[in-house]
Amino acid sequence: MARYSYYPGCSLHASAAEYDAATRAVFGRLDLQLQELADWNCCGASSGHALSPYLAHALPLRNLVLAEAQDQELVVPCAACYNLLRVTQAFMAANHEEARELNRDAEEILGRPYRGQVVVRHVLEVLSTPAMLGAIRASVRRPLHGLALAAYYGCLLNRPASVSFEENPEQPQRMEKVLAAVGAKPLPWPARTDCCGASLALSRPDLVGHLVHEIVSAARRAGAAALVTVCPLCQANLDGRQPKGREMPVFYLSEVVGVALGLKGAAGWLARHLVDPRPALRAYLA
Amino acid sequence: MAVDLPGAGAQAYLSPRPERVAAIERASGQRISLCYQCQKCSGGCPLGFAMDLLPHQFIRYVQMGHLEELWHTRTIWLCAACRTCVARCPNGIDLAAVADALKQEAVRRRLPAKESAVQAFHQAFLASLQNRGRLHELSMLIRYKLKSRGPLTQDLDLGLAMFRRGKLKLLPEGVRRQKEIRALFARAQQGGNGSGAL
Repeated sequence: MARYSYYPGCSLHASAAEYDAATRAVFGRLDLQLQELADWNCCGASSGHALSPYLAHALPLRNLVLAEAQDQELVVPCAACYNLLRVTQAFMAANHEEARELNRDAEEILGRPYRGQVVVRHVLEVLSTPAMLGAIRASVRRPLHGLALAAYYGCLLNRPASVSFEENPEQPQRMEKVLAAVGAKPLPWPARTDCCGASLALSRPDLVGHLVHEIVSAARRAGAAALVTVCPLCQANLDGRQPKGREMPVFYLSEVVGVALGLKGAAGWLARHLVDPRPALRAYLA
Repeated sequence: MAVDLPGAGAQAYLSPRPERVAAIERASGQRISLCYQCQKCSGGCPLGFAMDLLPHQFIRYVQMGHLEELWHTRTIWLCAACRTCVARCPNGIDLAAVADALKQEAVRRRLPAKESAVQAFHQAFLASLQNRGRLHELSMLIRYKLKSRGPLTQDLDLGLAMFRRGKLKLLPEGVRRQKEIRALFARAQQGGNGSGAL
C-alpha cells in the first residue's frame, strides 16, 4: 500500500468537504493511504501573494517543512494550494538571498529548516499515472458509458509551466485519461485552461459572472452534460455563479471516479452541490 | 513615447525615467526591460475587457519608469494572477508578479485603490488567517462585507444557498502552533525579505 501525506487546504474542510470525502474514498479503494498533514496552515492563496511577497512564500513553506518531517510524498487536491507549494519550492531551489533569509526564519520560528526533499503531487497527477489508470479501470463497477464530460483545468494547475505535470501544459490530457478510464466520454472543447476568475469572485462578481458564462457556454456548445474540475475554487465559482435557468452541474473528478467505482457515500457528496448534479448521473448512481 | 492615458482622450508624452525601473525589477523579480511589446499578454488576458490599461500598455508604463500612473489603475487589482500572459510571453515576464509589486507599493503608500473591493477582499482574507492560521470562510465573508462597504445584500442568495448545504462552517478551526503563524505575520510586517503591505 502506497502512503502519502495529505494537505487538504481550507476549502476541503468547509465549502468543498465533498471533494475531501470523495478523494479519501477513491484513494482508499485504490489502496492509497492518505495521512493528513498534522497542523497544516492555509497557503495564503491569491491574497497572500497580492499583498505580501513574504507571506506568499512563508505560508506555503511552513507546510513544506511539516511535510518533510513526515517523510512521505505530499498529495494536494486544490489547484491553488498545489500551485503555491510548487512555486515556493522553485523559489527556495533558486536559493537567492531572499530564500536563504526565509529559510533562516523557518529554522528560527518553525524549529527546522526546509531541505528541499519533499515531493508535492496534485490528486490528478497521482490518479493519472499509467499504473493508477489500470487500477481504476480494473475497479470500475458502474462504467459511465455515454456520459459526455468537459474536463476543466483552469489556471493554476498548469501555469506557470514549471509547476505542471503535463507533457504539454497548454494542452493538458491527464483528466481526459481518467475520465476515459471510468468509461465516460471526455469532450474536446476550447475553454479547458481558461481562467474562471475565482480570485475576484466576491469582489467583482459581475466580471466573474461573465467569465463563468463563457466557460459554461463553451462546454454546452461542445455537448457536455457536466463540467469536471480538480480545484475547489473553480468548482465553487462555476457552481455558484451561473445565470439562473439551464445550469450545468460541476463535478469534482474524485466524485466522478467515486460514482464509477460504486462507492458508498456518493449521493451524499452530490447533495452538497448548488447545481444539483444528480439528474445527470441518475443512470449511474447506486 | 506617445500613449493614450486612461480616460484622457488625448495623447500625452512620457519621458523615460530609467532610474526607477531597477527598483520595480527588483521588487517583482522580473526583467521588464526585455519586453518588446508583442502584445501576446493582452491577446490572452481574460480580464483585459475590464482593465483601464491592457497588460502590454501597463508593462510599457513600467518600462518607462512611470509607476505612479499605475498605482491608480484598475489593471493592477483586476489581474487575477491566472498567468496566461506568463505562459505566452516570449521573454518569460511574469506580469502578475509586477502587478503584485505595484499593489503592495500602493497599499504601503495608503493610496485609495481604484478597485477598493478587491483590496478589501485580500485584506479580509489575510486578516482571517492571521489569528488562526486557517481561513474561516464565514467570518472572512462578514469581515469583507463590512470592510468593502458594498451592498450587504449582494450575494446574499448565494451565501444562504451555501449555508443550507453546509458549505459555510459556523466555527473556525485553527492550527495548534498559532505562535508560529503570528511570528510569520510579524516578520512580514517588519518588512523582512521584501516588505509586506498588510
